[in-house]
Amino acid sequence: MTATLDHHAANSTVNGTVDRPLDLSLVQQFELGLDAPICLTWELTYACNLECAHCLSSSGRRDPRELTTEQCEAVIDELQRMKVFYVNIGGGEPTIRPDFWHLLQYAVDHQVGVKFSTNGVRITPERAAFLASTDYVDVQISLDGATPEVNDYVRGPGSYDTAIKALENLAAAGFKDAKISVVVTRQNVTQLDEFKALADRYGATLRLTRLRPSGRGADVWDELHPLPEQQKGLYDWLVANGEDVLTGDSFFHLSAYGPADGSGALPGLNLCGAGRVVCLIDPIGDVYACPFAIHDNFLAGNVLSDGGFQQVWQQSELFRDLRSPQTGGACASCSFFDSCRGGCMAAKFFTGLPLDGPDPECVQGYGEQALAGDRILPAPSQDHSRVAPGRNQPVMLQLSRRPDLTAAPVSACAESPLAGFTP
Amino acid sequence: MLDEPWTMSPSVELRPEPFGALAYHFGNRKLTFLKRPELVVVVQGLADQPDVRSALEQAGVPAHQHDAYVTALRGLAAADMIRPRTQEAAA
Ligand code: SF4
Ligand code: SF4
Repeated sequence: MTATLDHHAANSTVNGTVDRPLDLSLVQQFELGLDAPICLTWELTYACNLECAHCLSSSGRRDPRELTTEQCEAVIDELQRMKVFYVNIGGGEPTIRPDFWHLLQYAVDHQVGVKFSTNGVRITPERAAFLASTDYVDVQISLDGATPEVNDYVRGPGSYDTAIKALENLAAAGFKDAKISVVVTRQNVTQLDEFKALADRYGATLRLTRLRPSGRGADVWDELHPLPEQQKGLYDWLVANGEDVLTGDSFFHLSAYGPADGSGALPGLNLCGAGRVVCLIDPIGDVYACPFAIHDNFLAGNVLSDGGFQQVWQQSELFRDLRSPQTGGACASCSFFDSCRGGCMAAKFFTGLPLDGPDPECVQGYGEQALAGDRILPAPSQDHSRVAPGRNQPVMLQLSRRPDLTAAPVSACAESPLAGFTP
Repeated sequence: MLDEPWTMSPSVELRPEPFGALAYHFGNRKLTFLKRPELVVVVQGLADQPDVRSALEQAGVPAHQHDAYVTALRGLAAADMIRPRTQEAAA
């Protein structure tokens, strides 16, 4: 093996035996890939009690091919062997899987810590007490508005009350430091201070993430994504509140609001980790490059049919490609490229923009120009939305539904590329 | 620090990576990166050596780099990845 940067050599296998230049920065090392992911998301089910308009995984109905309890245990065993120290569990609504609490305990017993995302529906006082008694479990409640009007607009009627009840139950049980996870939208971006106050009230930590046009999010992105002037306000707010607020490293495309020397970069990795440090295992065991990239183009393999998760992570052609040096394309000459790196791959893909060009929300305005040009939106390659509208369907869908859809549903979503991570 | 006995914290696990290792603390859920293979050897060797200096020497770190390594170790100590050994366990 050579120790040059020639990517075929450097990436011929991703394991500890390959010589890599040691003088690379950590970000450069990450770009070449790791033996195991740092930020692994595992969606346990596509089933959900809600039907959020912007669900990143187009959840609603359970997939009949969903991994069985035994298959899930085997995945956990493998994560333990790979030393994947923690996993972000989501869905769908993971807690409605009957074996959810069992799998949670199984993971913790096998040195795999769990952070799970939920809309709160099953966080009863009893479950809250159980959670408070565990050490390696973190709970993240999804809430997309600091008031019922704003939240229920996208997450559906009653979902605000459900989330608040869950937070109350956790606080009453003495659960420390729950997370309130907010997808920032045009409608809630004005409520950042209120979200912070809400988190403080429940002894929780606020986590803000970016709305990506993934899953059903593609249908509502034009209407929900923050406007350019709102993005600037968000950036300023994050800089002012940085220390106390988590972002899952999801706003690095806003770094370009800072000075050109990169000193305004937000804390975090500032790179797209898809297939390099981030990935997703979906409910049927399919492995995708990123939770926001559930599409055939980003499907690396399956844990059941392709020899297990380790095999897929280390050997799949797609992941090897993603770990080879990428060109910056039209962004390469931008003075903010070092901190922004062209933004989010999934956001570009699902808005029909070239992957080596600017992000659709490029703060220099190149994204808007690109969006105004010719582009073809990729057809979704899977959809678990409910076929008939349920009673929890958010109102906005009735106003602006895609004509070819009869309904839509949810997720407790919001993945955490690299959350909680100190570079 | 050089003359003190240290050890890796009990709730920390290391995962080897091409650049060194990833350290995860199950208690405070912090993730840290040991950016050089030598640093990994040092951290793993702490518990078996009478003091930090011996761990550095045993890992083959030249004396003129000891200060830089102490800085890195202090960073790890701040995240409770390593801690002072209160009882002299290794002779
Ligand atoms: S930047 Fe986008 S595509 Fe890349 S890891 Fe983050 S969410 Fe996924
Ligand atoms: S041109 Fe590209 S690198 Fe520059 S700010 Fe826009 S998206 Fe980021």
